[in-house]
This record gives sequence, C-alpha cells and structure tokens, in this order.
Amino acid sequence: MKTVDLSTATVRELNQALHDEARQLSERAWTVTHPAGKHNIACGIDQTLNVDIQGHAGYYCAGMNKKADITVHGNVGVGVAENMMSGSVRVKGSASQSAGATAHGGILIIEGDAGARCGISMKGADIVVKGNIGHMSCFMGQAGRLVVCGDAGDNLGDSLYEVHIYIKGKVKSLGSDCVEKEMRAEHLAELKGLLEKAGFNEDPASFRRYGSARELYNFKVDNAAAY
Amino acid sequence: MCGIVGLYLKNRALEPRLGQIFEPMLLAMTDRGPDSAGFAIYGDEVGAGVIKLTVQVDDVDYDWKPLVAALEKRLGTSLDWFQNATAAVIKTTADEAGIRAALAEFAPEVHVMSVGQSIEILKGVGLPREITERFTLKKMQGSHIIGHTRMATESAVTMEGSHPFSTGADLCLVHNGSLSNHSRLRQELRREGMAFETDNDSEVAAGYLTWRLQKGDSLATALDGALKDLDGFFTFAIGTKNGFAVIRDPIACKPAVLAETDDYVAMASEYQALASLPGIENARVWEPEPATLYVWERQ
Repeated sequence: MKTVDLSTATVRELNQALHDEARQLSERAWTVTHPAGKHNIACGIDQTLNVDIQGHAGYYCAGMNKKADITVHGNVGVGVAENMMSGSVRVKGSASQSAGATAHGGILIIEGDAGARCGISMKGADIVVKGNIGHMSCFMGQAGRLVVCGDAGDNLGDSLYEVHIYIKGKVKSLGSDCVEKEMRAEHLAELKGLLEKAGFNEDPASFRRYGSARELYNFKVDNAAAY
Repeated sequence: MCGIVGLYLKNRALEPRLGQIFEPMLLAMTDRGPDSAGFAIYGDEVGAGVIKLTVQVDDVDYDWKPLVAALEKRLGTSLDWFQNATAAVIKTTADEAGIRAALAEFAPEVHVMSVGQSIEILKGVGLPREITERFTLKKMQGSHIIGHTRMATESAVTMEGSHPFSTGADLCLVHNGSLSNHSRLRQELRREGMAFETDNDSEVAAGYLTWRLQKGDSLATALDGALKDLDGFFTFAIGTKNGFAVIRDPIACKPAVLAETDDYVAMASEYQALASLPGIENARVWEPEPATLYVWERQ
C-alpha cells in the first residue's frame, strides 16, 4: 500500500502519482492522509486503483473517475465524482452541492446528506444517498438511478429525462415535468439491488418512485407565443 | 468569487487567541479573493456612554495627531485613541453625529470604517497576508470576528470597496456573490436618505440592512426582507455586537460551510479554511440550508 500525505505533498503530485500508477498497476491500494479540504483530490483516475482518503476533501474529489474505487472518510465539497464514467465513490460523511453532476456511469454512495443539485444532468450513473438531498436535485437528469433514503428538497427532478428516482422520505416539491410513478416489480428489484450494493439496510417497498411525465420532450406549438 | 470566514468563540478562555486562531482561516481563502481583504473584530468593549470609531486613510505615514487635536477642540472633550497602521481607533463620549461632521470637515480623506462599542473594521487592498500583517491580526483579542477576501467582479478594487461593510452600530456585513438589482436599489435607498461611497453591489446590501435596522426592524426581519428585495446570489455573514449570523439566498449557489464544537462556531466559504481550527476533526460540520437564518449570540 502506498500513502501520500497531503500536508507535505501537493495535490498535483498525488494525482500525477495516481495517473502514473494507473499505467503501471503494480500497487493498487493507495491511502491519502491530511486532505484538509483540498480540491481536486484523486481526479481523472482511469484504472482499477483503490484510493482511501482519510479526512474531509474539497471540490471535485474523484472527478471523472473511471474504474477506480475511491472512499472518502469525511465530507466532500462541491461536485464529488462529477462526470464519473465507472467505478465507485463512497463518501462516509456528507457531500456539498452538485454531487455526481453529469456522471455517466459507476456508483456514488453518500452515507450522510447531499446538498443542492445532487445528480444534476446525470447521464447514467447510480447515486445512492443514505440521508437527505437538497433542492434542484436531478435537474435535467438523463439516465441512471437516484436513490435517497431521506428527504428531497424543492424542485426534485425538474426537466427530467429518464432517470429513475426513488425517495423514501418526503419530497418538498417536484420540479417541472417530474411526477410520481407506480412502483412495479421490476422497480422494486432494481431498487433492492442498488440498496444492497450501497450496503444500506432499507425496505424497497417503503420508497416511492418518481420519473419524467415526458411532457417537455417536444415543443408544443401552443406555447409559441411565449417565445 | 470571494471568500468569507467567521469565528465565534463559545469558550471565553480562547479570547486572547482569537486573532491567532482566525488568521489562518482568512489566509486559506486567498485563492478565492486575492485583491483585497478585511475583517471586523469584536473585543476591547467600551463602557456605556462611550463610542468607538475605527477610521482609516490610504496613507501609511498619515499624521493623526493634528486631526485628533482639532477634533478634541471642536468636541470640547479629550479623545482616547491609538493608531494601528493605516487605521486609528478613537474612543469618545462625544456623540456620533458630531464627530462624523467634524471628521468630514477637517479630514475628508479619512473614512469611517465602523462605529460601535466593540467592533473594529480593518480592511484594505492587497493579498490577505498583507492585510493581516499590516494590522497585526494575530495579536488581536476578542470574542468573535468575521473576515472577507475579495476577488472583485463588478466594481473597482479600492479600500472603500472591500469588505466588511458597516451596517450600523456594532454591525457589519461580508458578502460572497453578486446582486443584479443593486443599481435600482441604490437609487431607492438614496431617496430614503442613505449615502453610498462606491458603486459596489455589496455596499448596497449593507445599506439596505442599515436602512431596515434604522427603521426599527430586528436583524431577522431585516434579513427576511433582504431575501425578498435583493435579486442575485449571496452568502452573507453578519457581525453583531454579541455574535454573528449567516444567511444564503434561496438558490444557494455561493458556498458556505459551518462547524461547531464546545469551544466555537465557525463558518467559511470552503472547508479548507476550517481545517486549521483546533479540534476540527471532531467538530460537527454542515452546510447551511438556503434562505435560512443561522444566528449565534451571547446572551
């Protein structure tokens, strides 16, 4: 196992070492100590590394992740796992806004709360949150699954495309074109799989499903006067 | 972009070290605001019937003695005062209006930064480190402090345009964000008799709060009004005589993080600025909700 101490090394040095390692693949297990809320930790990894971050991370932690499994033992700032392609990111604490923004694949697990705009414009990733999520979450979400064991803030799923949203708690308000949908057997099975993957002991039957009403997919000529 | 930080001590034993604990917080926000910096520190409180003014000039070599002598003569009372780099702190039993009028007459180049019984606002153009060293922040004592590092986007980089802005006796404001209706609001507030020194949007927010508080609003009501009347993005930290408050606009684009232990409550734009605090590993750390007022005050 390799350890990088960010009280002495820079984030640039850490990320370069991780990228070099991703080519050689002789040491898969990495530990990062003293992250102290620094930005851009463990970004752009594209191999099956295992990175353990021992403390709070700043903005864009694990951004653009591909194949790697990254765990943060603390909170993360804005845009954790933004544009993730595959692999996994687990946050033991809470995440700030725009968690998993535009993520195409992989799974983002947040054991605390996520702030506003969780899963904004997500494009295929799975996001599972143990706590609550903030307002405008899943805005323009295109594909993937968002699971929330707590409550959701205002305007959930505004201008939603095809993300499957599962919320156990209260939804403060639904965004434009987001509606509650029937929970069928295939959805319960999908949700069960995601909860198991995240390691959260929850009953899928206690969740509600939300999705797109698909009313905004095409321009309506009746609205032409508004433009 | 700008950085804001605040530290409120619950444990009075830490008060002699307020400046020392706070300085790294402000410096950690240099990336967010390298063009100007400032802070409002609350401490060294004067007694009833006495007010404390913090005044500042651009010139480091400014000779304060003739001005103080002229003020003493006009006000008919001796002034207790000291100089701190480009600033002077004046303590007096004279009334605020009288001393402001005399200052405007004798020394229009002198800017009044703050008035109150506890507050001292110190700020200027330059890297945060230059500002903290100029005023020897690390030796300062007090109960609470809020600070700002500025990256100007909408108005000139000047001492007057830097934060914190005074909003009344022992009150001040720091702002991260931008207001889109500041021009109209400034016009409206001018009609209400408010004066502005700059074309800075944050000064309008400060002027708005000052106006509401002068009309008799509580801080909570004034901030509730701000949520309706200010159009734009903001995270505000507000210093009061006994504590500080934090509020974000309903969209909450501008970041804020709070931390609390038995010893203190701290806020910052980014967690990086909290990382140097004692006992932060075990602090409760969370993000303030949009359009929600958080207040910590000593009773």
